[in-house]
Amino acid sequence: MISKDTKLILDISDLHASVEDQPILQGVNLRVHSGEIHALMGRNGCGKSTLAKILAGHPSYKVTSGQVLFCGQDLLAMEPEERARLGVFLGFQYPIEIPGVSNLEFLRVATNARRQCRGEEELDLFDFEDFVIDRLKIVQMDPAFLERSVNEGFSGGEKKRNEILQMALLEPIVSILDETDSGLDIDALRVVASGVKQLANPDNATLLITHYQRLLNEITPHFVHVMAAGRILRTGGPELALKLEQAGYDWLDDPSLDQEGE
Amino acid sequence: MSSQNPVQEVVSQPYKYGFITDIETEKIDKGINEDVIRLISSKKEEPKFLLEFRLRAYRQWLKMKEPDWAKFGYKSIDYQDIIYYAAPKKDQKKASLDEVDPKLLETFDKLGIPLSEQKRLSNVAVDAVFDSVSIATTYKEKLAESGVIFCSIGEAVNEYPDLVEKYLGTVVPSNDNFFAALNSAVFSDGSFVFIPKDVQCPMELSSYFRINSGDIGQFERTLIIAEERSSVSYLEGCTAPMFDTNTLHAAVVELVALDDSSIKYSTVQNWYSGNEEGIGGIYNFVTKRGHCRGDRSKISWSQVETGSAITWKYPSCVLQGQDSVGEFYSVALTNNLQKADTGTKMLHVGPRTRSTIVSKGISAGNSTNSYRGLVQMGPKAKGARNYSQCDSMLIGDQAAANTYPYIRSQQTEANIEHEASTCRISEDQLFYLQSRGVGQEEAVSMMVSGFCRDVFNQLPMEFAAEADKLLALKLEGSVG
Repeated sequence: MISKDTKLILDISDLHASVEDQPILQGVNLRVHSGEIHALMGRNGCGKSTLAKILAGHPSYKVTSGQVLFCGQDLLAMEPEERARLGVFLGFQYPIEIPGVSNLEFLRVATNARRQCRGEEELDLFDFEDFVIDRLKIVQMDPAFLERSVNEGFSGGEKKRNEILQMALLEPIVSILDETDSGLDIDALRVVASGVKQLANPDNATLLITHYQRLLNEITPHFVHVMAAGRILRTGGPELALKLEQAGYDWLDDPSLDQEGE
Repeated sequence: MSSQNPVQEVVSQPYKYGFITDIETEKIDKGINEDVIRLISSKKEEPKFLLEFRLRAYRQWLKMKEPDWAKFGYKSIDYQDIIYYAAPKKDQKKASLDEVDPKLLETFDKLGIPLSEQKRLSNVAVDAVFDSVSIATTYKEKLAESGVIFCSIGEAVNEYPDLVEKYLGTVVPSNDNFFAALNSAVFSDGSFVFIPKDVQCPMELSSYFRINSGDIGQFERTLIIAEERSSVSYLEGCTAPMFDTNTLHAAVVELVALDDSSIKYSTVQNWYSGNEEGIGGIYNFVTKRGHCRGDRSKISWSQVETGSAITWKYPSCVLQGQDSVGEFYSVALTNNLQKADTGTKMLHVGPRTRSTIVSKGISAGNSTNSYRGLVQMGPKAKGARNYSQCDSMLIGDQAAANTYPYIRSQQTEANIEHEASTCRISEDQLFYLQSRGVGQEEAVSMMVSGFCRDVFNQLPMEFAAEADKLLALKLEGSVG
């Protein structure tokens, strides 16, 4: 799957970060190439979601050292909106409700910001509506959700579909999906997973943050990383996730098993 | 990366109308007494009834006390330190726009209100008031063709004294309150609108008030009369230069609606609000009231209040005619140390009268934004209904929002509903929008205009977009 045309999209080296002076990330190293799907697993509090938020530029997290290159550019120097326009997408674990702002209008503004950055023409209301109706199919979403305020009163599953819809519209280069599977029933999980699979292509990359094998049953990752205490402890193929599923995270704490899977 | 308080940054924008026009002005001496009132009246060559109206008001004002219940806590105003009349020196008897000082035209151009023939806003007639006088009214002739009178109140006093005498002070009596009494004594200029029976005013009417001198008070007076089955939509806008002293603005607006008529009155108020430390800015004490005198008449107030150091303003409706309708749609935005105390009074007198109140307060910085309103159902208001909705949005954690609804009912068969809500623009909302490529300022203004949409929908089309932009501007670097 790694052809000679692959591009290094995300290059994280020795990343340290803290929130309210509490260190969370303690030297994360990760390289993601085009065409790859990575899964990032680990216990609660190991730093997975922190990593996702830092990549998207959340203001509450402070990078203390290390660097992140996105297609060769210094990602950490950019404002969150610049990152998004260049093609970094964060699917939120808990998508935020924004009362009063129409979902359709929001999606249009976001899509046009990204298009403008790519040197494409902005879509007017009509063209955008055609575009969005087409993309709705990917997540099997009811067009009625376009008329509502952003995420307001959406169920958990609807919020997650709305996230994947945004991903479908923005056509990001790297999608970081933070526990997109959590809180979904099995049907919604399939829809969301199928959306993610449809959107993955040789030019982009996906980083799935998850606790559970069940998402990885739907989407087979090329790499599985396990985080603990703010760094990536192990990296392997899909079998690593299966092993975790069987043995639990405690297995990570057992040094005698350290040689396995290498 | 983002700085400490992105929301606050987006809200604090420099005031772009703060320039001063360098023009020779005729001012009278500071202070107020009966001679000053006589002098103002004689400068305006007013008929006797008006001088008497002024003097009566002045004598009542002397006995009144400045209200302090809004607890603004400002340094008390020295009424002898204010100039009560200032006018650009050039000949005030303007026959046509060609005679208006080009500097004044330029000033209004800069404010986005072009008065010259070529650049005028199409389908909007404008009365431009500079300090104490009206300098130009556009489209007067065209309006006259349909019988509509639109001119400065100064002109109306001379040309239509009977109409003025008949209606002036009948909605807001000269002893109504401290500031209304002061206005009645010294009012300078303002607009006069008369829509005769069965006429739908063919264009939007608009007044633009500009304070230029630092030490004058502006006391404009507006009177709008809609006769039977007529209708009109009127908009006022206001700006002032930045001075580090406070300027007093005490206006009175009276609306009279007869049977089956309708008046829509919209305000976009952007007086200078003082700097970040709260130095300077306009004290805006305004009495606005509409009288639904006729059956099935309708008065609708919509306002976007963004300026002034202090705003004290309660556009109200007296719903006397049967089945008459009163509406109040308001957006009030405060930032830094601004204080706004605004709302409405809906006085239901007649049976089956209806009123709607939608108030949106947005407070940022260290400002205080209060809604204060009264809904009163009189003993004859059988079957009357009111619906009120008061929403507050807080930006940052230093701002305050208050709601003081007063409800009185003397009628068992009246229906009153009140809803209120408070929300805050959170960093998470802002981050969510940013993470989709929406810039910080645009994100804030999207949220604010979403919050205000119910009110913007009520503004005349030409100005809704303007109001939206104005809010975005005020919030740039802070909130919207």
